[in-house]
Amino acid sequence: MFDTNELVLNMGPQHPSTHGVLRVVLRLDGEKVVDCDVVIGYLHRGIEKLSENRNWTQIVLLTDRMDYVAAATSNVGYCETVEKLLQLEVPRRARYVRTILCELQRIASHCLWVGTHAMDIGAMTVFLYAFRERELILDLFEEFCGARLTYNSMRIGGLPQDIPPGWAKKVLEFCTIMETKVGEYEELLTHNRIWLERTKGIGVISGPEATGLGLCGPALRGSGVARDVRKDEPYAAYGEMEFDVPIGTNGDTYDRYLVRMEEFRQSLRIIRQATEGIPEGPIVGKVPRLIKPAAGETYHAIESPKGELGYFIVSDGKSTNPYRFRVRPPSFCNLQGLRRLVRGHLVADVVALIGSIDIVLGEVDR
Amino acid sequence: MIDQVLIPLLKILIVLNATLVAVTYMVLLERKVIAWAQSRLGPMRVGPYGVLQPIADAIKLMIKEDITPVRADKWVFTAAPIISMVPALIVYAVIPFGPTISLFGRKVSLYITDINVGLLYIVSVASVGVYGIILAGYSSNSKYPLLASLRASAQLISYEVAVTLTLVSVILMAGSLSMVEIVNAQYNQHVWFVFAQPFAFVLVLIGGLAETNRAPFDLPEAEQELTGGFHTEYSGMRFALFFLAEYANMIVVSSVVTTLFLGGWLPPLPNVAALHFLYYVPSWTWFLIKSFVFLYLFIWIRATLPRYRYDQLMRLGWKVLIPLAILNLVVTGIVKVMLL
Amino acid sequence: MAQAIAFYFIAACILGFAVLVVTTRDTVHSVLFLVLDFLFVAALYVLLGAQFLAAIQVLVYAGGIVVLYLFVVMLVNLKRPPEAHEDPHRRTKLGFGLAAAVLLELGAIAVYGFVNPAAPVPATAAIPVSGNTEQVGWLLYTSYLIPFEVASMLLLVAMIGAIVLAKREL
Repeated sequence: MFDTNELVLNMGPQHPSTHGVLRVVLRLDGEKVVDCDVVIGYLHRGIEKLSENRNWTQIVLLTDRMDYVAAATSNVGYCETVEKLLQLEVPRRARYVRTILCELQRIASHCLWVGTHAMDIGAMTVFLYAFRERELILDLFEEFCGARLTYNSMRIGGLPQDIPPGWAKKVLEFCTIMETKVGEYEELLTHNRIWLERTKGIGVISGPEATGLGLCGPALRGSGVARDVRKDEPYAAYGEMEFDVPIGTNGDTYDRYLVRMEEFRQSLRIIRQATEGIPEGPIVGKVPRLIKPAAGETYHAIESPKGELGYFIVSDGKSTNPYRFRVRPPSFCNLQGLRRLVRGHLVADVVALIGSIDIVLGEVDR
Repeated sequence: MIDQVLIPLLKILIVLNATLVAVTYMVLLERKVIAWAQSRLGPMRVGPYGVLQPIADAIKLMIKEDITPVRADKWVFTAAPIISMVPALIVYAVIPFGPTISLFGRKVSLYITDINVGLLYIVSVASVGVYGIILAGYSSNSKYPLLASLRASAQLISYEVAVTLTLVSVILMAGSLSMVEIVNAQYNQHVWFVFAQPFAFVLVLIGGLAETNRAPFDLPEAEQELTGGFHTEYSGMRFALFFLAEYANMIVVSSVVTTLFLGGWLPPLPNVAALHFLYYVPSWTWFLIKSFVFLYLFIWIRATLPRYRYDQLMRLGWKVLIPLAILNLVVTGIVKVMLL
Repeated sequence: MAQAIAFYFIAACILGFAVLVVTTRDTVHSVLFLVLDFLFVAALYVLLGAQFLAAIQVLVYAGGIVVLYLFVVMLVNLKRPPEAHEDPHRRTKLGFGLAAAVLLELGAIAVYGFVNPAAPVPATAAIPVSGNTEQVGWLLYTSYLIPFEVASMLLLVAMIGAIVLAKREL
């Protein structure tokens, strides 16, 4: 009966609940969000342009800094793209180790996701628990390549060094521990009435709509679309692994949560298979001293924890640098969906939704 | 003269000081308990095991710069934290820590006073505490703290209704509004009211959590999603007063729940002759132990549960708690009249 | 003696704050003075030995009703300049005239009561319960049951009216 003006509310770029420097400008009608405008670019460092002035090996450490939460996957994506351009064969052992590292990275990224998502909704303890487990993974990585966050752990054609002795055993021990810990997170959240009320029915998006928006990863799988690059276009050693891809039904925040929780378990399954079946052999393939692919372009995608991470690289055949280096970041594409997801929800849900699509600003802005 | 003036003054002095110290150490207790729940240690540096942390916090807050926003309403801005703190403290006047005992040859009652409408006094004083929050948001002269404070106070008065209705069924059981009488009724009826009125106990616990703006009902406070809530513009000692008021309210709710449901100062199974050795533990110790259990429970709940959204919170209060409270009241009334 | 001092002090405060309520420029301050007024009225009730009424006065009036007044006032935020407070349609002389007439009536009643002391009121039937709360409850549900029910109907109607006016599409 009484007309209320729309209120414009600005969230961020410094905000405890937008994961990184994200700015969301909300248009509110009372408490309901009518529209939102996502402003990005605060973390733009010009990685794609920088890559044009670096040679192919140097770009690996730039890819670390995009999705800094899951750096190994970004590394793998880039290396595989260049290997595709070079038509290079990667030895089996290297592919297995890459698979193990990617899956460990998936667990680490999901740990961070569950911790921050739960903390935004108020369950602060899960954050501490998830980071405790992430520490175990970071210890494993530190033993392998010496770094905790930005690994630079891949080389074109394989890996920089072989896995240290005893590392495989530690990985298997970690798997045992992690299995129980995932159960702990589920105990705290999955059947918790308050969690259900905060996530069920929030941000519902149907499969066709999600595909139309270009969503990928768990955000897409939560809506029932069975698309996983590891299954559809296997890379590294995924073709030889047995695992399931969890699919949601309703496409709401709760389903995306369930999909990622199940992905924890599937990743552990893959890691076990890969670690137990790791073949002997060289760790790096026959790579020319000077990497200079022939002129051409290629696109290669992998499944990062956030979704389909694609690299489009153009080489002009003459210089040691790529001519054009273009990343298709999953977070960037998923973030497009935020505008559609928040419509009609309350302000408190916006935070839950940002957590639900799981973005990393390093990837969004590059 | 001594009985009329000195002893009450002494009691007030003791209770006030004990409360203020307890409230400051509540902060430490909360940080420690939440830390242990989260695989951490909490404050460890200041004093052995962080025991002197509250003192460091108090000193820091006292020497901080006292900022008043330029266009804020000065009188109201200053008064708001006081209005928040005072009701939390004066409620202690009617909380019975123990029965009348003889101390140094004199009959001393371990409560400051016992008025015949004790429970009602507590509820009405608590409702005045709401003004502190409203005025804090208003006097900050900024849109978002105002909205946040209005939401917080709407939450408080909604849950007040639910809690008051639930308390009426306890009053029905005890037959009196006086706090001491309620404990005596539990003694005479041979049962702690938590067993006679389990429903009411749960409702008062939930309502008490919402009344004190504690998790999972702390959206108006943890308003990182919107703004800093009603105390955005407050700094230094004024900010401290708000937080102390919140913890004091928590202790009040724990004490009230203890008195009403857990038999106040009575040991477990107070009428069983074989357990009379339990009376060797002083009555106020029993009271403090029971209150502490609830305080620990409040902190534990904060560490564990996520937060309700504001509309879900209000829906819970109005559509779930109030009907349940009324139902409880009706059933209690029927049972009391028909069967007892 | 102490009672008399207490009464006059409380009464002075009540009157003083009441005057402040109508004369303060800022509406929020006005409402706050009203709250103080109610708290002092509760003190008056305590002085009369009606502790239950005092607690209810604080709980319902000061702690509930005025809070809602305060919500509205704060959201509307009438901080108009003093010139805007001048009402062009104000009938000052009529107002003063009516106020004087009422004062005269009250004075006449007071003088009459003073000159002809009232006949002793016949004792009401003894209420079979003792204690503040019990007596109020007894009276409310026996002698004054109908006004009680009518008052609750009134409140219900007001609530429904408010919801109908304010709701958008629920």
